[in-house]
Amino acid sequence: MTATQSGRGSAPLDTFPRLLLNHAAMRGDRPATREKYLGIWQTWSWSQVAEEVRAIACGLAELGFKRGDNLAIIGDNRPRLYWSMCAAQMLGGVPVPMYQDAVAAEMAFVLTDGAIRFAIVEDQEQVDKLLEIKEQCPDLAHILYDDARGMRHYTETWLQGLDEVIAMGKVHDKNQPDFIPAEVARGRTEDVAVMLYTSGTTGKPKGVCQTHETFIAAAQSGVGFDRLTEQEDMLSYLPMAWVGDHLFSYAQALVAGFTINCPESGDTVMTDLREIGPTYYFAPPRVFENLLTTVMIRMEDAGALKRSMFHYFMAVAKRCGSDILDRKPGVSSSDRLLYALGDLLIYGPLRNVLGMSRIRVAYTAGAAIGPDLFRFYRSIGVNLKQLYGATETCAAVCLQPDREIKFDSVGKPAPGVEVKISDGGEVLVRGKLLLKEYYKRPDATAEVIDAEGWFHTGDAGFFDEDGHLKIIDRAKDVGKLARGAIFAPNYIENKLKFFPHIKEAVCFGHDRDMVCAFVNIDMGAVGNWAERRGLPYSGYTDLAAKPEVLDLIRECVEQVNADLSHDAMVAETQIHRFLVLHKELDPDDDELTRTRKVRRGFVAEKYAVLIDALYSGKSSQFIETQVKFEDGRTGKVSADLSILDVKTFPVIKKAA
Amino acid sequence: MSGRKFGEVILDLKNISLSFGGVKALQDISFNVLEHEIRAIIGPNGAGKSSMLNVINGVYRPQQGDIILRGEHHANMDSYGAATAGLARTFQNIALFKGMSVLDNIMTGRNLKMKANMLQQAIWFGPAMREELEHRAKVEEIIDFLEIQHIRKTPVGRLPYGLQKRVDLARALAMEPQILLLDEPMAGMNVEEKQDMCRFILDVNDQFGTTIVLIEHDMGVVMDISDRVVVLDYGKKIGDGTPDEVRANPEVISAYLGASH
Repeated sequence: MTATQSGRGSAPLDTFPRLLLNHAAMRGDRPATREKYLGIWQTWSWSQVAEEVRAIACGLAELGFKRGDNLAIIGDNRPRLYWSMCAAQMLGGVPVPMYQDAVAAEMAFVLTDGAIRFAIVEDQEQVDKLLEIKEQCPDLAHILYDDARGMRHYTETWLQGLDEVIAMGKVHDKNQPDFIPAEVARGRTEDVAVMLYTSGTTGKPKGVCQTHETFIAAAQSGVGFDRLTEQEDMLSYLPMAWVGDHLFSYAQALVAGFTINCPESGDTVMTDLREIGPTYYFAPPRVFENLLTTVMIRMEDAGALKRSMFHYFMAVAKRCGSDILDRKPGVSSSDRLLYALGDLLIYGPLRNVLGMSRIRVAYTAGAAIGPDLFRFYRSIGVNLKQLYGATETCAAVCLQPDREIKFDSVGKPAPGVEVKISDGGEVLVRGKLLLKEYYKRPDATAEVIDAEGWFHTGDAGFFDEDGHLKIIDRAKDVGKLARGAIFAPNYIENKLKFFPHIKEAVCFGHDRDMVCAFVNIDMGAVGNWAERRGLPYSGYTDLAAKPEVLDLIRECVEQVNADLSHDAMVAETQIHRFLVLHKELDPDDDELTRTRKVRRGFVAEKYAVLIDALYSGKSSQFIETQVKFEDGRTGKVSADLSILDVKTFPVIKKAA
Repeated sequence: MSGRKFGEVILDLKNISLSFGGVKALQDISFNVLEHEIRAIIGPNGAGKSSMLNVINGVYRPQQGDIILRGEHHANMDSYGAATAGLARTFQNIALFKGMSVLDNIMTGRNLKMKANMLQQAIWFGPAMREELEHRAKVEEIIDFLEIQHIRKTPVGRLPYGLQKRVDLARALAMEPQILLLDEPMAGMNVEEKQDMCRFILDVNDQFGTTIVLIEHDMGVVMDISDRVVVLDYGKKIGDGTPDEVRANPEVISAYLGASH
């Protein structure tokens, strides 16, 4: 919180350029940005960064960039692209970071929708994409590129290297040293600071306009919450167009004054992570999962002594690691001693290999994280936490406070944020961090922010007894059981999918008196399991019908039921009956989307006969299904599916 | 491709004949290479393509003929002479040190340019250290250029074939050659790897102005990237010209399609 209060003189530090100039004055020699280039980490101090940003801003001004203009930024996480954002803000313009892997046609929409005149891009690849769509975007007047490689033969006059622009800007800044301070002074905190386009899974992408005020407030709340200082090191490797990266690598870095580190290339992130050893880290669950898999595979190849030490101490960590990290009482002193020994022999070296030796706080968000995965990192002493937010709320609505970690909640509302649940079960958010508007879309803005200023997230959730928010599903998927209990299919399905043996699950229950489920087994995991038991099988359909496999899945479902019974909100929706499908759900058969999300309605229609069987109490049902093979041929799969009943548990009420 | 300029003849091969006992590998072959161009040698299996390349960089000595490099006669070119004269090559069957890291392999390409003696290098002192740091910086530029940062420290033997080929190219580039000889740079690659390789070859030619002589099997690739093409068949030259000219040459068509003579 120090950043905003320690300003000199009268000007409040309420815009990002002011924050930057303040850092340059207050901690000019501290590292602000690092990038690995030609195998060596290059460092720029705050005062150097301020100088570069001023030069870019002056260069842009010479090219005719004006207050209110939008500046597209396209590329990997490069220091000069981050600086360009601040340069645009200095001139009162709005940076619009865009996903660098988008195809040209997708970019054309954002470029025209955002009325973009200037674009700063990383390299030839991005320039080529823009050239392809230039005619569709008549406003686009200047393209500047960061990396000049391969650009020698481009003769277009409106195409310039950032190097030239910076050189031009430096001269300008020297000749008119008052220009930039005057521009910065004209900036107001309620100006739009950045425009982030939502990914657009529903309809066309919309530009979310966030002001300096909102993003600084969101950043401050996170910085205060985790007591971040100028000493932190952050690895910036997630797409710049994503609100999470903008919050962590830009807003929080400028508020707290810590260092961001840009990896050498997308392929070297893991090596760079180890070299930098960040103190503050953010990654989607997928990354944590990959890291764990790598470790486990390498452990399998290790010598017997190392392997047995690893397994012994991992069991110790599983027993008491999280509790020790949370400083909970009730850990026996023998466990504490063993854990300390394990830390010396296993956990410490392991954290080092993972590049997590120095981590104070690590966050994950974006998808459900498996409890085992989450516990693994916490048990070896990595303070991994979850957060919840959206582009419209600057990414930070709820955070898990230290020592109050639950794997299935997203924590408590961040300081200064109000969260409530609507009558329909939707999560509503109010506070400083809400978007100003969707760019040129007052209709859409009015749709998501109601008269009292509540933002409708579109997520369904509830508060548990400790005041932690649990997100259960997208609101539109949430239904009700016939008896009136809220039914969130995704929430239950995720719990099922956390078991390695279950690959996919589809739950039914809307307007029904109980919940039933389809399950897909994971061919790899269950196949391996069957092999170890000497269970012969000929293929998926055969394996899925084995009574032993059905029992295995039944155990998983019962465990989920036991879990659900602990929560009064969802205890009614325990799974009563299930079956294991005779084929894997497949995007080629239109059962899944290309991003592997279940198309609920389609599946329900296609397998209506199975759903009827589930609810009519039959113990088996014959089904024949047409399938498409990868080469385009079609065939038929048929099977007699057994339907199993599952034990349910009485609702456990905690003493109030 | 606009804006590229070819210079003078940099390499001129005159009436080269090479035979191994009774096998006539090359018969009276003449062609030249202009500075800054990409020159391809193509032909069916056993046409004498690799022999031709080996003649150019001094592995084989032709029984007849003359090699004129930048106006100087090199009838008796040897490998060392070729290397010091600014020729570098890659190999069809990759010839890298499998147990060494990518970085070390590329550093070997700098060997000719190192002046410190072995003793100095061994104790890594004074000029030897300064020198190695300079060379390392150059190698890092090449690593950046070929986008292989992520495997810098990986032993070459653990890399997939396509990447090994790229390391092979990196090592040849480390010599900062004036003429780069590539022996089937795309052999055994998948489509994506081929595209990457094409891009790198064009970039090398464009960025450093390096003259490139390459042998290739894949006709499509050759026709796309080279400026002029020599066609060999059974040790004889049957065509020479731009890709379009060669494509229209009836002799070339019959050699490739196997039409009866």
